[in-house]
Amino acid sequence: MKRIAKSTLQTAINLVFFAVIGTAVLSATYYMTHATIVKSEEAEKLKLITQLVPNSLFDNAIMQDTLTLPPDALLGTDAPTTAYRARLQGEPSAVVFEAVAPDGYSGKIALILAVRANGELAGVRVVTHKETPGLGDYIELAKSPWIKGFDGKSDAAYGEADWHVKKDGGKFDYMAGATITPRAVVKAVHKALLYFDANRDKLFAPAVAAPKGDTP
Amino acid sequence: MTAQEFKDILYNGVWKQNTGVVQLLGLCPILAVSSSVVNGVSLGLATTLVMTLSGAAIAPIRAYVPNEIRIPVFILIIAVLVTVVQYLMNAYMYGLYVVLGIFIPLIVTNCIVLARIEAFASKNPVGASALDGMAMGLGLTAVLAVLGGIREIIGHGTLLSGIDLALGDVAKHWVIHVIPDYHGFLLAILPPGAFIGLGLLIAGKNWLNLRKERKLKGAQAVATPIDGGCSPSLHQS
Repeated sequence: MKRIAKSTLQTAINLVFFAVIGTAVLSATYYMTHATIVKSEEAEKLKLITQLVPNSLFDNAIMQDTLTLPPDALLGTDAPTTAYRARLQGEPSAVVFEAVAPDGYSGKIALILAVRANGELAGVRVVTHKETPGLGDYIELAKSPWIKGFDGKSDAAYGEADWHVKKDGGKFDYMAGATITPRAVVKAVHKALLYFDANRDKLFAPAVAAPKGDTP
Repeated sequence: MTAQEFKDILYNGVWKQNTGVVQLLGLCPILAVSSSVVNGVSLGLATTLVMTLSGAAIAPIRAYVPNEIRIPVFILIIAVLVTVVQYLMNAYMYGLYVVLGIFIPLIVTNCIVLARIEAFASKNPVGASALDGMAMGLGLTAVLAVLGGIREIIGHGTLLSGIDLALGDVAKHWVIHVIPDYHGFLLAILPPGAFIGLGLLIAGKNWLNLRKERKLKGAQAVATPIDGGCSPSLHQS
């Protein structure tokens, strides 16, 4: 009995020893790479944002001028998202925010939108999707310029009926064989614009609680 | 390690016991990421790195690990090494990290890594174990490269697309458009294309083996297939 207890203890100590060493190696790597990882993630985000909002449209630190949007039915989001505000000489020029099309052909399609201060779309990009490769994936800019069809559109200029694919009597192109995907994207973009119209002032409100908390 | 041992380990890993087309271990990543050369080779090299490091890390401590807990300890060490590789890729090859995504942490569950540790590194010295891990990994990488190439050419008509994600913007012009104005062939990109492609590779490997055997035996034709891909006796664990 004593012998068994002793060997069990020895085995446990052995396992703990390896676990501690493993954790130490992981922690060291984490601290060494963490700053670079955050930096490359931010750079990637900024690259996407400047694709939508050209550099000429803003002179503020867009990555810092953020606003947390609560989950909203019009955005299709079920978790808080971040909006990035572009300003030119202090005047709001555009806002970048996320929206989700919940009804894609195979699940959710995550979008990022940039809307100018006048309500016009500066651009839309698909962030993630699971649509059929080669069929529904023309919503990606890498595959087709379809997504650029949203540039310059607004809720005011296009009526309710126009915010559909052409097959449904609207004004947006689609590709035969894959209508569910563009239908979902068009609907989500339209709803996001309605959200923008309803929350315009809030979206552009000056950063009251700046992330650093240096403004009262 | 003698030169002959060195050669044997290398030959075993890359060709005779090739993980992709002979041992058929770790099919999940093989089938999932082999949609292009760059994806396949990148994951193959990441796996090679993990296998080399884990072979080198486990061989020296093999005497101190009690038999009863060797599997958890081995898995722990493999998981640590994979996570280290994941952090490094996330930090220094961000674009590629995004593409390979979930398959990097999944290297831990790739049975080939644990299989080589069990079959080789837990019984052999450090140098030989590291070499075995590297050879096995390179064999896997070669299969991923060939399969990725076949699927990419048939599916997209290109080669090396996405190489800029791995090597930076300088490599943007390295993409080869093998077939200009190609409209793509969906089947090759989807999972069935991976199965068909791998099946053809296995058949090709078996055919080469048979031919070699025939040559050795001269005019006498070989009736029974040697080195069959699925033969259980070839599985090391």
